[in-house]
This record gives sequence, C-alpha cells and structure tokens, in this order.
Amino acid sequence: MIFNTQYQGSSFVELLQKDFKQLLTNFNDLHIHEKDSSLSLTKGTTILSLCYADGVLIAGDRRAVEGNRISSRRIEKVYKTDQYSAMAVAGVAGLCIDTAKLFRTELEHYEKIEGEQLVIEGKANKLAHMIRQNFPAALQGLIVVPIFVGYDFQQQRGRIFKYDVVGGIYEEESYYATGSGGKDAKNTLKKLYRKPLDEEAALKLSIEALYDAAEEDAATAGPDIMHGIYPSIKTVTALGVRDVPQDRIESLYKAFLDSKLPDNE
Amino acid sequence: MPMPYYVSPEQMMQDKAEYARKGIAKGKSLVALEYADGIILAAENPSSSLSKISEIYDCISFAGVGKYSEFENLRKSGIRYADIKGYTYSRADVTGKSLANAYSQVIGNIFTKEIKPLEVEILVVEVGDIPEKNSMYHILFDGSISDYHQYSVIGGHAEVVNGFLREHYQELLSLDEALGLCHTALEKTTENKQISEEHLEVAILDRNIEGRKFRRIPLSELRARLKRA
Repeated sequence: MIFNTQYQGSSFVELLQKDFKQLLTNFNDLHIHEKDSSLSLTKGTTILSLCYADGVLIAGDRRAVEGNRISSRRIEKVYKTDQYSAMAVAGVAGLCIDTAKLFRTELEHYEKIEGEQLVIEGKANKLAHMIRQNFPAALQGLIVVPIFVGYDFQQQRGRIFKYDVVGGIYEEESYYATGSGGKDAKNTLKKLYRKPLDEEAALKLSIEALYDAAEEDAATAGPDIMHGIYPSIKTVTALGVRDVPQDRIESLYKAFLDSKLPDNE
Repeated sequence: MPMPYYVSPEQMMQDKAEYARKGIAKGKSLVALEYADGIILAAENPSSSLSKISEIYDCISFAGVGKYSEFENLRKSGIRYADIKGYTYSRADVTGKSLANAYSQVIGNIFTKEIKPLEVEILVVEVGDIPEKNSMYHILFDGSISDYHQYSVIGGHAEVVNGFLREHYQELLSLDEALGLCHTALEKTTENKQISEEHLEVAILDRNIEGRKFRRIPLSELRARLKRA
C-alpha cells in the first residue's frame, strides 16, 4: 500500500531513503574504475552565476561531452528549483539531472507538507546534505558540483552558494563559475565585474564570460549560430525565476560578436 | 469464559456510519466550485494557520472537513503519494482520479477494519486545461466515492449549501463572482449568519498559472475581490 509509509516527516529524500530505497542508487557497493568512467560517462561543463541590482543571474552552456566526443549540444544545466531559487549543475550529466529533479521535488514536497517555504539558507543546506550523500560516488569519479542561487527577501538581494564534492557549502559575494571552463569564465567575471550592475549589463557579462570559457575549453560550447543554440540563462529576483528568452540571448550574442570584429575598433 | 456479544454486521456498519456522520455534522462547510479559469475552494475556517485546503500536485488540490488530525494525515499521505509518482514517472502522470481512488481504498479499509472510523469527508479536485476536463471527487468516511461537476459541498449543513447553489450556480463565473457566491452560500448554513473575511479560507486552481496551479488568496486580495463581487 503506497499510503502506509513508515516515514512521517517532511523531507522527500528521507522518504525515499526509508520507504522507497529502490528509487535511489546505492553507490556504496559500486566499484567503477576511473579509466572506464571518464571514457563512457556524459559530462556537463561550464556554469556560472552573478549578482546584480535586481537579484541574481545563473547561466550554463549547452554542451555535454563523453571523453573527447560531444554527446549533446542541447543539454540543460540550469534548473528552476522553486519560485525563488534555481540551480546549475556541472559534473556527470546523468547524476546532475537527477540531483536537480530530486532537489526540486524536495523543496516542493517540504513546502506542501509544511505549508511554507524553507528560508534560503535552509534550501542551500539541504542541497549540501544531498551532495554529501553522493560522496561515495564522487570518490569513484561520479562527481556532481552545483551552484545554487536564490532571492533572499530578508536581505533583499540575490545570493550565490557554491559546493564542493564533500558537500562543503560556501557563499559567494558577487560571482562564481565552475565546471571545466569555470576557471576561464571566472577570470572574465573577475576582470569585468563592477557594481552597480543592471540586468542588461549582467547578461552581457555572463555571455562574454561563457564565450571566453568556450574559447579556451574544448568541453564548453560557444554560441552555435548554425543550429541556433545558445547558453541558457535564468534570472532570480523578487518577482520569481524567469527564463531569459533565447532570441534575446541570440541578439546579445550577435551584438557581442559584432563588437569583437576588427572593423568596429 | 464469557462469550463476546454477537453484533450483526449490518448493525455494526450502521453504528460506525452514524458515529462518523455525527462527527462530521458538527463541523463547518466547505465548497468547491468551477469558475471560468479553474476551480475555487472556499471554507469557513476560524483558524488562520490550520488549513483545510491544500495543494497536492500541479493541478490537484485537497480539501477536508471533520477531525483535523485525521484529514491532515490523509493530506500528507496524498502529497507523498503524488510526489513519489511524479518523481518515478512524469509530472503529467499524477492524476486526480488515481489519487481519489487511493484515498477511497484507504478510508474504506479503515472503516471496515478498525473500531473507530475516520470522521472525515474529503474532496480531491483537479483542474483541466479546458473546463470539460475539470474533475471533483468526493470521498466519504466509508470510502464511497462520487464525482461532481459544477460544484461540490462537504461538511455540516452540506444539504443547505447544496440547495442554495442548485438555484444560484452559473457556469463561467469570474473569480470575483465565484468568490461572492461561495461566501453567500457558506453563510446560508445557519440563519442570519455572517462570515467575516478573516474566517474565510480560499484557494484556487487557476489553469492560466504556469506549472503549479494552486494559489491561496490572501486576506487583502480576498477583501478587495469581495467588495467588487
């Protein structure tokens, strides 16, 4: 009987652990060799986020790689997790997508059972627990590294939380980037980030950072004008989570590329 | 050795039903009503924190009357059921019908097997992408299930409210009008009754909202809408 669960609390992950173990993978018994896994597993790459005047922006390129092959041009790395928060994931794609789905269900489940949302630190901490539980898998190369962003109504600003493989949680003040091209994206952000920053400027900055990452890192995709594929970007503000439309990103990219042409200088 | 008294099954069921019915009759009423953009749920509820109406999933909402602790338990297991199903399959596979059936099974089992039946009456409502696909399931303390269109009432004095709605219900009401109608209908339960806005719990399933369609109507908005209605 699906109704008689042993677990009576308000966490979805704990409910799965207690009553629906078959839906979770047990990584403790798995033994994967680093060599095999790096060849056959799909990996997602560069993600970044930055705070601006109205809140916070989170973005990711769309490429997934399998060894030195591109396995997907249209993978989604940025997810809305609830009304006022979003996350982006880098690492082993299969696990990343599931983590995002599980985390979204977790937040929603809590909100429905308890009748109110967790505060932003609560959400960020919950994600840290989930990453920590993935640690046995991370030791075997199955790594998930997310960035979590949300709007904080008490402090009236956007906030960024970064994680490491052991579930360590660190708050970033202004911007952060991770994944294979994360270092290059962060360099760009570091050089060009100035406060105050409005939405338009924040979008331009994130696009430039992703472009630089794609230039240096083979596993990060640049703008794909042929297929019409551009990075996905979401903004999180007091009004909620919003997708930046693809045509807006496209026109920003085209303007950016134009400005890079030598004739314009 | 003393022999246990023989009680005929008929008598036992009747006693249980009467017991449950009494418990529910003491409570206040709750209305679910289809309007132009979805379904509105309204209840007289003096408490602002212990709610009778709740979100279950994207398009599904739950409402219960009777014993709070009992329908609260049902509500939570409904959320667990829906979230597990949505996580295992897809969000579109979570339907009001399957949830209502599961509720009916559970409540029916308790009614026949336990000494004390549940003193609850619940509604499972689901908003469809077109009005014809809306559904409202009414589940009684013994697990019997029936589906309604247009409107459905549970709780004490349900007949009176039902009678009033039979005469005054119209299709495709605006939200303001539907809210006003719910308010007047709930006031019909006793003569010259006035329900203040603070004691009204209202939520809607609005098909125009993207994703999760459940929304509570806060007091300030409730006041403004009732004034316009």
